[in-house]
Amino acid sequence: MADIRLIEIREDILSDNQQLAQEIRQNLHREGVFMLNLMASPGGGKTSLILETIHRLRDEFRITVIEGDIDSTVDAEKVAALGIPAVQLRTGGACHLDAPMIRLALDGMDLSALDLLLIENVGNLVCPAEFDTGAAKRAMILSVPEGDDKPLKYPLMFSVCDALVVNKIDYLPDPGFSMAALRERVLKLNPGIQIFAVSCRTGEGLDDWIRWLREQISARRRT
Amino acid sequence: MHELAVTEGILKVVLRHAAMNGASRVVGVGLRIGELSDLADEWLQRYFDYLSRDTIAAGARIRIERIPVVFRCEACGDAFPVRLSDIKDVACPACGPGKVILVSGREFTVQQIEVV
Repeated sequence: MADIRLIEIREDILSDNQQLAQEIRQNLHREGVFMLNLMASPGGGKTSLILETIHRLRDEFRITVIEGDIDSTVDAEKVAALGIPAVQLRTGGACHLDAPMIRLALDGMDLSALDLLLIENVGNLVCPAEFDTGAAKRAMILSVPEGDDKPLKYPLMFSVCDALVVNKIDYLPDPGFSMAALRERVLKLNPGIQIFAVSCRTGEGLDDWIRWLREQISARRRT
Repeated sequence: MHELAVTEGILKVVLRHAAMNGASRVVGVGLRIGELSDLADEWLQRYFDYLSRDTIAAGARIRIERIPVVFRCEACGDAFPVRLSDIKDVACPACGPGKVILVSGREFTVQQIEVV
Protein backbone atom coordinates (compact mmCIF):
# COMPACT_ATOMS: atom_id res chain seq x y z
CA MET A 1 0.00 0.00 0.00
CA ALA A 2 1.60 3.25 -1.15
CA ASP A 3 1.94 6.20 1.22
CA ILE A 4 -0.69 8.89 0.96
CA ARG A 5 0.73 12.37 0.52
CA LEU A 6 -1.14 15.45 1.68
CA ILE A 7 -0.85 18.44 -0.66
CA GLU A 8 -1.96 21.87 0.57
CA ILE A 9 -3.73 23.90 -2.11
CA ARG A 10 -5.93 26.67 -0.59
CA GLU A 11 -7.29 27.77 -3.94
CA ASP A 12 -10.60 29.57 -4.38
CA ILE A 13 -12.93 27.51 -6.55
CA LEU A 14 -14.80 30.32 -8.21
CA SER A 15 -11.74 32.52 -8.68
CA ASP A 16 -11.34 31.82 -12.40
CA ASN A 17 -14.66 33.39 -13.40
CA GLN A 18 -14.29 36.26 -10.95
CA GLN A 19 -10.83 37.13 -12.18
CA LEU A 20 -11.78 37.09 -15.84
CA ALA A 21 -14.92 39.12 -15.12
CA GLN A 22 -12.76 41.76 -13.42
CA GLU A 23 -10.41 41.88 -16.41
CA ILE A 24 -13.35 42.28 -18.79
CA ARG A 25 -14.82 45.03 -16.64
CA GLN A 26 -11.52 46.93 -16.51
CA ASN A 27 -10.96 46.53 -20.24
CA LEU A 28 -14.42 47.89 -21.08
CA HIS A 29 -13.89 50.76 -18.67
CA ARG A 30 -10.65 51.67 -20.43
CA GLU A 31 -12.40 51.56 -23.80
CA GLY A 32 -15.30 53.67 -22.54
CA VAL A 33 -17.95 51.03 -23.23
CA PHE A 34 -20.90 50.46 -20.88
CA MET A 35 -21.98 46.80 -20.68
CA LEU A 36 -25.27 45.78 -19.09
CA ASN A 37 -26.15 42.21 -18.07
CA LEU A 38 -29.92 41.81 -18.54
CA MET A 39 -31.59 38.84 -16.83
CA ALA A 40 -35.15 37.53 -16.40
CA SER A 41 -37.34 34.45 -16.59
CA PRO A 42 -38.09 33.12 -20.07
CA GLY A 43 -40.75 35.34 -21.63
CA GLY A 44 -40.26 38.14 -19.12
CA GLY A 45 -39.44 40.65 -21.84
CA LYS A 46 -35.64 40.76 -22.22
CA THR A 47 -35.66 40.82 -26.00
CA SER A 48 -38.57 43.27 -26.11
CA LEU A 49 -36.81 45.65 -23.73
CA ILE A 50 -33.63 45.39 -25.78
CA LEU A 51 -35.48 46.12 -29.03
CA GLU A 52 -37.30 49.11 -27.46
CA THR A 53 -33.99 50.35 -26.04
CA ILE A 54 -32.37 50.10 -29.46
CA HIS A 55 -35.21 52.11 -31.06
CA ARG A 56 -34.75 54.91 -28.55
CA LEU A 57 -30.96 55.06 -28.27
CA ARG A 58 -29.61 54.04 -31.67
CA ASP A 59 -29.31 57.61 -32.93
CA GLU A 60 -27.25 58.64 -29.90
CA PHE A 61 -25.08 55.62 -29.20
CA ARG A 62 -23.34 52.77 -31.04
CA ILE A 63 -24.87 49.52 -29.80
CA THR A 64 -24.07 45.83 -30.00
CA VAL A 65 -26.05 42.99 -28.42
CA ILE A 66 -24.70 39.71 -27.03
CA GLU A 67 -27.48 37.11 -27.05
CA GLY A 68 -27.31 34.03 -24.82
CA ASP A 69 -29.54 31.02 -25.38
CA ILE A 70 -29.28 27.27 -25.03
CA ASP A 71 -30.13 26.99 -28.69
CA SER A 72 -31.36 28.90 -31.75
CA THR A 73 -30.61 32.32 -33.19
CA VAL A 74 -34.17 33.60 -32.72
CA ASP A 75 -33.23 36.59 -30.58
CA ALA A 76 -30.08 37.58 -32.46
CA GLU A 77 -32.09 37.61 -35.70
CA LYS A 78 -34.59 40.08 -34.23
CA VAL A 79 -31.75 42.42 -33.29
CA ALA A 80 -29.97 42.00 -36.60
CA ALA A 81 -33.26 42.78 -38.41
CA LEU A 82 -32.97 46.27 -36.91
CA GLY A 83 -29.50 46.65 -38.40
CA ILE A 84 -27.75 46.37 -35.05
CA PRO A 85 -24.81 43.93 -34.67
CA ALA A 86 -25.69 40.86 -32.62
CA VAL A 87 -23.51 38.00 -31.42
CA GLN A 88 -25.45 34.83 -30.59
CA LEU A 89 -23.90 32.57 -27.95
CA ARG A 90 -25.32 29.06 -28.02
CA THR A 91 -24.54 27.49 -24.67
CA GLY A 92 -25.75 24.05 -25.74
CA GLY A 93 -27.00 23.28 -22.23
CA ALA A 94 -25.43 25.70 -19.77
CA CYS A 95 -28.18 27.70 -18.09
CA HIS A 96 -26.26 30.94 -17.66
CA LEU A 97 -23.59 33.03 -19.35
CA ASP A 98 -20.22 33.38 -17.63
CA ALA A 99 -17.10 35.46 -18.10
CA PRO A 100 -15.29 33.07 -20.48
CA MET A 101 -18.32 33.07 -22.81
CA ILE A 102 -18.50 36.87 -22.79
CA ARG A 103 -14.75 37.01 -23.46
CA LEU A 104 -15.37 34.87 -26.54
CA ALA A 105 -18.09 37.23 -27.74
CA LEU A 106 -15.90 40.30 -27.17
CA ASP A 107 -12.96 38.91 -29.14
CA GLY A 108 -13.14 40.36 -32.60
CA MET A 109 -15.26 43.36 -31.56
CA ASP A 110 -13.85 46.82 -32.18
CA LEU A 111 -14.59 48.25 -28.73
CA SER A 112 -13.35 51.69 -29.75
CA ALA A 113 -16.36 51.88 -32.08
CA LEU A 114 -18.90 51.03 -29.37
CA ASP A 115 -20.74 52.84 -26.58
CA LEU A 116 -23.27 50.29 -25.33
CA LEU A 117 -23.10 46.51 -25.03
CA LEU A 118 -26.28 44.74 -24.00
CA ILE A 119 -26.07 41.15 -22.78
CA GLU A 120 -29.33 39.23 -23.00
CA ASN A 121 -28.65 36.40 -20.56
CA VAL A 122 -30.30 32.97 -20.70
CA GLY A 123 -33.89 33.04 -19.41
CA ASN A 124 -33.43 31.99 -15.79
CA LEU A 125 -33.86 33.63 -12.37
CA VAL A 126 -31.47 31.26 -10.61
CA CYS A 127 -28.01 30.70 -12.08
CA PRO A 128 -27.22 33.93 -13.95
CA ALA A 129 -27.23 35.76 -10.60
CA GLU A 130 -24.16 33.80 -9.53
CA PHE A 131 -21.91 34.36 -12.51
CA ASP A 132 -20.23 37.69 -13.05
CA THR A 133 -20.08 38.47 -16.78
CA GLY A 134 -17.83 41.49 -16.37
CA ALA A 135 -20.75 43.86 -16.97
CA ALA A 136 -20.67 47.26 -15.27
CA LYS A 137 -24.29 46.96 -14.15
CA ARG A 138 -26.89 44.21 -13.80
CA ALA A 139 -30.56 44.65 -14.57
CA MET A 140 -33.42 42.21 -14.26
CA ILE A 141 -36.98 42.13 -15.53
CA LEU A 142 -39.96 40.85 -13.57
CA SER A 143 -43.21 40.83 -15.54
CA VAL A 144 -46.61 41.38 -13.89
CA PRO A 145 -48.04 37.92 -14.81
CA GLU A 146 -45.15 36.27 -12.92
CA GLY A 147 -46.51 37.57 -9.63
CA ASP A 148 -45.18 39.74 -6.79
CA ASP A 149 -43.81 36.84 -4.68
CA LYS A 150 -40.72 36.27 -6.83
CA PRO A 151 -38.37 38.29 -4.56
CA LEU A 152 -39.23 35.81 -1.78
CA LYS A 153 -38.48 32.83 -4.00
CA TYR A 154 -35.38 34.13 -5.80
CA PRO A 155 -33.72 36.48 -3.32
CA LEU A 156 -30.21 36.29 -4.79
CA MET A 157 -31.24 37.55 -8.22
CA PHE A 158 -33.09 40.53 -6.74
CA SER A 159 -30.25 41.38 -4.41
CA VAL A 160 -27.42 41.41 -6.97
CA CYS A 161 -29.13 43.68 -9.49
CA ASP A 162 -28.68 47.44 -9.82
CA ALA A 163 -32.00 47.88 -11.64
CA LEU A 164 -35.35 46.09 -11.72
CA VAL A 165 -37.69 46.66 -14.66
CA VAL A 166 -41.27 45.63 -13.91
CA ASN A 167 -42.64 44.84 -17.36
CA LYS A 168 -46.16 44.23 -18.71
CA ILE A 169 -47.78 46.83 -16.47
CA ASP A 170 -50.50 46.96 -19.13
CA TYR A 171 -51.80 43.78 -17.42
CA LEU A 172 -52.59 45.78 -14.27
CA PRO A 173 -54.78 45.62 -12.29
CA ASP A 174 -53.92 41.97 -11.61
CA PRO A 175 -55.08 40.15 -8.45
CA GLY A 176 -51.71 38.36 -8.23
CA PHE A 177 -49.67 41.52 -8.36
CA SER A 178 -49.41 44.37 -5.90
CA MET A 179 -46.79 46.92 -6.92
CA ALA A 180 -46.59 48.09 -3.31
CA ALA A 181 -45.91 44.55 -2.03
CA LEU A 182 -43.30 44.02 -4.70
CA ARG A 183 -41.48 47.28 -3.90
CA GLU A 184 -41.43 46.47 -0.20
CA ARG A 185 -40.04 43.00 -0.75
CA VAL A 186 -37.40 44.12 -3.23
CA LEU A 187 -36.20 47.17 -1.27
CA LYS A 188 -35.83 45.01 1.85
CA LEU A 189 -33.42 42.75 -0.04
CA ASN A 190 -31.72 45.54 -1.95
CA PRO A 191 -32.30 49.09 -0.67
CA GLY A 192 -30.23 50.67 -3.45
CA ILE A 193 -31.96 49.08 -6.45
CA GLN A 194 -33.59 51.33 -9.09
CA ILE A 195 -37.13 50.18 -9.92
CA PHE A 196 -38.82 51.00 -13.24
CA ALA A 197 -42.42 50.15 -14.19
CA VAL A 198 -42.89 49.73 -17.94
CA SER A 199 -44.86 48.17 -20.71
CA CYS A 200 -42.71 47.30 -23.72
CA ARG A 201 -45.92 46.80 -25.63
CA THR A 202 -47.54 50.21 -24.98
CA GLY A 203 -44.31 52.15 -24.37
CA GLU A 204 -45.44 53.36 -20.94
CA GLY A 205 -42.65 54.07 -18.45
CA LEU A 206 -39.80 53.45 -20.90
CA ASP A 207 -38.61 57.06 -20.80
CA ASP A 208 -37.36 56.64 -17.21
CA TRP A 209 -35.54 53.43 -18.13
CA ILE A 210 -33.89 55.10 -21.10
CA ARG A 211 -32.91 58.08 -18.95
CA TRP A 212 -31.16 55.79 -16.46
CA LEU A 213 -29.38 53.92 -19.24
CA ARG A 214 -28.29 57.15 -20.91
CA GLU A 215 -26.74 58.29 -17.61
CA GLN A 216 -24.82 55.03 -17.29
CA ILE A 217 -23.51 55.16 -20.87
CA SER A 218 -22.56 58.83 -20.77
CA ALA A 219 -20.70 58.39 -17.50
CA ARG A 220 -18.33 55.94 -19.16
CA ARG A 221 -18.13 57.19 -22.69
CA ARG A 222 -14.86 58.51 -24.07
CA THR A 223 -15.26 61.65 -26.09
CA MET B 1 -25.30 27.29 -5.50
CA HIS B 2 -24.70 25.94 -8.92
CA GLU B 3 -23.50 22.46 -8.03
CA LEU B 4 -22.43 21.09 -11.39
CA ALA B 5 -20.46 24.13 -12.52
CA VAL B 6 -18.88 24.35 -9.08
CA THR B 7 -17.93 20.66 -9.08
CA GLU B 8 -16.26 21.13 -12.46
CA GLY B 9 -14.28 23.96 -10.92
CA ILE B 10 -13.22 21.77 -8.01
CA LEU B 11 -12.14 18.96 -10.30
CA LYS B 12 -10.07 21.32 -12.45
CA VAL B 13 -8.18 22.61 -9.42
CA VAL B 14 -7.70 19.09 -8.05
CA LEU B 15 -6.35 17.65 -11.30
CA ARG B 16 -4.04 20.60 -11.89
CA HIS B 17 -2.40 20.25 -8.49
CA ALA B 18 -2.27 16.46 -8.74
CA ALA B 19 -0.40 16.80 -12.04
CA MET B 20 1.91 19.50 -10.65
CA ASN B 21 2.87 17.09 -7.86
CA GLY B 22 3.28 14.02 -10.04
CA ALA B 23 0.48 12.08 -8.38
CA SER B 24 -0.84 8.87 -9.90
CA ARG B 25 -4.15 8.92 -8.03
CA VAL B 26 -6.20 11.33 -5.92
CA VAL B 27 -7.83 9.57 -2.95
CA GLY B 28 -9.20 12.52 -1.01
CA VAL B 29 -10.23 16.16 -1.46
CA GLY B 30 -10.58 18.58 1.45
CA LEU B 31 -12.87 21.57 0.89
CA ARG B 32 -13.50 24.64 3.07
CA ILE B 33 -16.98 25.92 2.42
CA GLY B 34 -18.57 28.84 4.25
CA GLU B 35 -22.10 28.49 5.59
CA LEU B 36 -23.27 31.25 3.24
CA SER B 37 -22.06 29.34 0.19
CA ASP B 38 -25.31 27.50 -0.04
CA LEU B 39 -24.30 24.10 -1.32
CA ALA B 40 -26.01 20.73 -1.07
CA ASP B 41 -23.20 18.60 0.36
CA GLU B 42 -24.67 15.22 -0.49
CA TRP B 43 -24.91 16.05 -4.17
CA LEU B 44 -21.34 17.31 -4.35
CA GLN B 45 -19.83 13.83 -3.90
CA ARG B 46 -22.21 12.40 -6.49
CA TYR B 47 -21.48 15.07 -9.07
CA PHE B 48 -17.77 14.74 -8.37
CA ASP B 49 -17.91 10.96 -8.83
CA TYR B 50 -19.66 11.43 -12.15
CA LEU B 51 -17.33 14.12 -13.51
CA SER B 52 -14.12 12.45 -12.32
CA ARG B 53 -14.90 8.95 -13.56
CA ASP B 54 -12.24 8.86 -16.32
CA THR B 55 -9.62 10.81 -14.40
CA ILE B 56 -7.05 10.02 -11.71
CA ALA B 57 -9.45 11.57 -9.19
CA ALA B 58 -12.09 8.87 -9.72
CA GLY B 59 -13.17 7.47 -6.37
CA ALA B 60 -11.71 10.34 -4.34
CA ARG B 61 -13.63 11.04 -1.12
CA ILE B 62 -14.69 14.63 -0.52
CA ARG B 63 -14.50 16.07 2.98
CA ILE B 64 -16.16 19.39 3.71
CA GLU B 65 -15.13 21.68 6.54
CA ARG B 66 -17.95 24.16 7.13
CA ILE B 67 -16.94 27.70 8.10
CA PRO B 68 -19.48 29.55 10.28
CA VAL B 69 -20.93 32.92 9.35
CA VAL B 70 -19.27 35.65 11.41
CA PHE B 71 -20.01 39.36 11.21
CA ARG B 72 -18.15 42.28 12.76
CA CYS B 73 -20.02 45.29 14.14
CA GLU B 74 -18.68 48.57 12.71
CA ALA B 75 -19.67 50.44 15.85
CA CYS B 76 -17.98 48.40 18.58
CA GLY B 77 -15.59 46.25 16.52
CA ASP B 78 -16.74 42.98 18.08
CA ALA B 79 -17.13 39.88 15.92
CA PHE B 80 -20.15 37.66 16.46
CA PRO B 81 -21.39 34.42 14.86
CA VAL B 82 -24.78 34.30 13.13
CA ARG B 83 -27.03 31.32 12.42
CA LEU B 84 -28.07 30.92 8.81
CA SER B 85 -31.74 31.05 9.86
CA ASP B 86 -31.17 34.51 11.40
CA ILE B 87 -29.33 35.91 8.39
CA LYS B 88 -32.14 38.28 7.42
CA ASP B 89 -31.94 40.19 10.73
CA VAL B 90 -28.25 40.45 11.56
CA ALA B 91 -27.63 42.62 14.61
CA CYS B 92 -24.70 43.11 16.96
CA PRO B 93 -25.55 41.48 20.34
CA ALA B 94 -24.15 44.54 22.10
CA CYS B 95 -25.21 47.45 19.86
CA GLY B 96 -28.35 46.19 18.12
CA PRO B 97 -29.04 46.64 14.35
CA GLY B 98 -26.42 48.72 12.51
CA LYS B 99 -23.62 48.50 9.96
CA VAL B 100 -21.92 45.14 9.96
CA ILE B 101 -19.14 43.58 7.88
CA LEU B 102 -19.01 39.93 6.90
CA VAL B 103 -15.83 38.37 8.30
CA SER B 104 -16.30 34.73 7.31
CA GLY B 105 -18.87 32.47 5.72
CA ARG B 106 -18.37 32.93 2.00
CA GLU B 107 -15.30 30.71 1.65
CA PHE B 108 -15.13 28.27 -1.18
CA THR B 109 -11.69 26.77 -1.41
CA VAL B 110 -9.98 23.50 -2.17
CA GLN B 111 -7.81 23.24 0.95
CA GLN B 112 -5.88 20.07 0.25
CA ILE B 113 -5.83 16.84 -1.67
CA GLU B 114 -4.59 13.39 -0.64
CA VAL B 115 -2.69 11.64 -3.40
CA VAL B 116 -0.77 8.47 -4.07
